[in-house]
Amino acid sequence: MRFPFKTSYEQDTRLFRDRIDASWYVLLAALVVLLPAVLPAYYVGETTWVFIYAITGVSLMVLVGYTGLVSLGHAAFLGIGAYAHAFFIEHGVPWVVSAAMAVTLATACGLVVGLPALRMTGIYLAIATLAFSVIIQEVFSRWESVTHGLSGMAVPKAHIFGVSFGGETAFYYLCLFFLVLALWLTRNLLRAPTGRAWIAIRDSEIAAQSMGVNLAIYKSIAFAYSAGLMGLAGVLFAHKIAFLAPDIFTILLSIQLLLLVIVGGLGSLHGAVFGAIFVALLPPVIAILRDSIPASFHDFSAASGLAPIGWFGDAIGNFLKKPGVEAGIFGVILVLVILLEPLGMYGRWVKIRIFFSTFPMYKRATFKRQRSYMKTERLR
Amino acid sequence: MTDRARPSYWHGEKAASDRPTGSRGRKLDIFLQLTLNGLAVGCIYGLVALGFVLIYKATELVNFAQGDLLMLGAFVCYMAVVWWGLDYWLSFLIAVLAVAAFGALLDAVLLRRVIGQPQFAVVMLTIGLGAVFRTFASVTWGSEIYTLPTPFGGVTRIAGVTISHQYLSIIVGTLILCSVLYGFFNHTRIGVAMQATSQNQLAAYYMGIPVKRIFSMIWAISAGVATAAGVLLAPVTLIDINMGLAVALKAFAAAVLGGFGSIPGALVGGIVIGLIELYAGATLPDGFKDTAPYIVLLVMLVVRPQGLFGTPGRKKV
Repeated sequence: MRFPFKTSYEQDTRLFRDRIDASWYVLLAALVVLLPAVLPAYYVGETTWVFIYAITGVSLMVLVGYTGLVSLGHAAFLGIGAYAHAFFIEHGVPWVVSAAMAVTLATACGLVVGLPALRMTGIYLAIATLAFSVIIQEVFSRWESVTHGLSGMAVPKAHIFGVSFGGETAFYYLCLFFLVLALWLTRNLLRAPTGRAWIAIRDSEIAAQSMGVNLAIYKSIAFAYSAGLMGLAGVLFAHKIAFLAPDIFTILLSIQLLLLVIVGGLGSLHGAVFGAIFVALLPPVIAILRDSIPASFHDFSAASGLAPIGWFGDAIGNFLKKPGVEAGIFGVILVLVILLEPLGMYGRWVKIRIFFSTFPMYKRATFKRQRSYMKTERLR
Repeated sequence: MTDRARPSYWHGEKAASDRPTGSRGRKLDIFLQLTLNGLAVGCIYGLVALGFVLIYKATELVNFAQGDLLMLGAFVCYMAVVWWGLDYWLSFLIAVLAVAAFGALLDAVLLRRVIGQPQFAVVMLTIGLGAVFRTFASVTWGSEIYTLPTPFGGVTRIAGVTISHQYLSIIVGTLILCSVLYGFFNHTRIGVAMQATSQNQLAAYYMGIPVKRIFSMIWAISAGVATAAGVLLAPVTLIDINMGLAVALKAFAAAVLGGFGSIPGALVGGIVIGLIELYAGATLPDGFKDTAPYIVLLVMLVVRPQGLFGTPGRKKV
């Protein structure tokens, strides 16, 4: 058991809780840096997806998990970042300038959408962002001089200061760099007055207001910052996917991004990364299972002489091959997480950690949620 | 995702824009034609929005799976008509009852547990359920596009305006459904009990109203209304697993436009969205047909965030 002994208030706002914590992160960093040396190229590529999704996760976590504003249209900002970057690159703008302009553009769009959002809450905000993303998607497909419309837009590999980041490993490090940057920036914002204001707004707008938090300013900052990070993710997304089409940035992608932060665990940056691992790795895992389940079940049935096991394996394999099954599996997991573990993967991780650190003394009631009776969000 | 991916299915608008627009009378005809079709489309949006609002008023849950319930309803009706060879009206009834029962079950098993959790969690839960329903439909019925045979094939011409019976059936069906619901909510014991529950849950408990059962019934009604909308819509848009999504998004806009929580607002909002969609499709350049409703919605939310029929107010601490 480890007791963090508090000797000053500044301890609460440190970047890392203590030395032991920090050394764990150093170990993790070393592991992630060395990973491409041992992994095959395909898995390095998949891990790059994890990093890109993690940046989107951090972006949404700031907005949804920390400020309590729900956006059903964040794919639009991802698309704005991706298309702007691709457009600038196409016109010969250097990579760094292009990426910076794309991020700035996404931030500006975030501000513009954020302004009406100041007057809205809950479901109205969700539908307003949804409307915005539908309009933006239409813009992507109609503004052909910039986006090439429905025929799509090829994105070249990244070239920064004459160095090519086209290879899987090089791009892996590029994405890793930006993820660490995003996490570091966000973590620093969160432990500063800005972050505390966001959390106050999430927990109670009226209480925050009476503590002197300017709702309009902090909500706008949250929206703009989140949109800017999404734009950054879009820049990397554009290179990774290599071909942009308007039907990538649909509401389904927005929903997938929300799923990411929920499954990961709302209200923690760890959750954004956990969620990214889940969202990026589930499709390849399903693809692997699709082929390996029937084969392994057949092996088992041949070994044990039980034919039905082989048929069962075939049935699972066929089921997984049907179109749209992946979305259904995501849906089932989403439903189960919300019903059984509203704090997501990070919440489960915290519970496991506390179980071991307080070993014989663990109490389930520590995490018991208080049930409120008819907590109305309806006005009047 | 948007309707662009699907064939342009509100064919009224195409027929109207193909005609030469010479004389003044012609223009009026086209206008009437568009209005009629817009009304029909708007009725569907209104019905789905009505489902949103009913559930929201009673339980404060926002059901994003409403469109997928509509899709399930249309598929059940299709299955009854084409696979089992039943009569259209009987199939209609079967579909409504089956999906209504399913809605009640959904409430009893899943959604009752999340009441009191943040609204956002519930929205995501229903989005997840919607994805599950779509997968279920694609595994059970396949992901092709199906046509539902209906008794409303013909057209009537009145003073130059062609009235397709399919569109007419939607308008008439909506009128009947709305008057039935109106009568139910105002003149039956259960209906009044439902109103009481949605006004104050705790007081309703004290009055001896079985609140949980009332919630299940509201889910059943809302799912049944969605099914009715789906079956009425089926001949126009054809049936496929994504038919609900496009409708639900616009219906959602309709519900917000009308002020979430107002039943007449939902219907009016639906009709407004339907009319805007068709007028924009006929008069504005390509691409505005799908986005015009959302542009209007955004403007509306900026100017009057509580919707057309909503009441402004502040949350209490």
